[in-house]
Amino acid sequence: MTAADIQKLLNAKILACEEKIDMEITSAFASDMMSDCLAFAKDVSVLITGLCNPQVMRTAELLDIECIIFIKGKEPTDSMIELAKNNGICVLLSEYCLFETCGILFKTGELRGASRGC
Amino acid sequence: MAASNTITLHYDVPNDDFTRAGEASSDLKSKLKQMGVDPGAIRKVAIALYEAEINMIIHANGGTIDVEISETGLKIVLKDVGPGINDITQALQAGFSTALEQIRILGFGAGMGLPNMLKNTDDMIIDSIVGVGTTITLFINM
Repeated sequence: MTAADIQKLLNAKILACEEKIDMEITSAFASDMMSDCLAFAKDVSVLITGLCNPQVMRTAELLDIECIIFIKGKEPTDSMIELAKNNGICVLLSEYCLFETCGILFKTGELRGASRGC
Repeated sequence: MAASNTITLHYDVPNDDFTRAGEASSDLKSKLKQMGVDPGAIRKVAIALYEAEINMIIHANGGTIDVEISETGLKIVLKDVGPGINDITQALQAGFSTALEQIRILGFGAGMGLPNMLKNTDDMIIDSIVGVGTTITLFINM
């Protein structure tokens, strides 16, 4: 599926890098702990998180994650958006909670879990 | 002394400025990319160094990072004058952390930092004296 498909399924707002919305998304990782993301995530296409601070952008950048979904309408600051744009990270904003966001995407059967052992 | 074909880099990790954690890792990652280093090695370096930066800010009021890049690999020396590590074996156990709740709220402090640094390096030497500071040397082969 593409990031555009995800955006439509979640009725999400696009906050950064709209030009990348047609990129292919094959795997997902969900966590509020960037520690866990750094330790357990592998080949992640999209990171779904309820954490909203600059370290989410940094973690995505350092792990080559190209798309982030912030949940529950938690809107990143302008400086966070700038950091995402500078690193070519597509940022989506979902109004759904973590459980619902993951459930909607999991139900499609088109994404695999990007955690080691998934 | 570093050999002539070795590139050296120095970074200062700021004291208590969590928003800047990862700047050194980001800079080193982009430099290694420009140098055409294998993406697998870059990923290991980026993760290990980012964990180190976070640790320095959480536990040690910042510190310094010195990187040596040669044809065979990277040597990264992380120095701080923080409180030191009381029990290194315990600190290397996955899930053990002395981080405060306020750090966990920021998405870190799950006790995965040192184990993850160990996992992403070919060798790691920890030299720590309580009350004096910690020096960690990372080796990543290329």
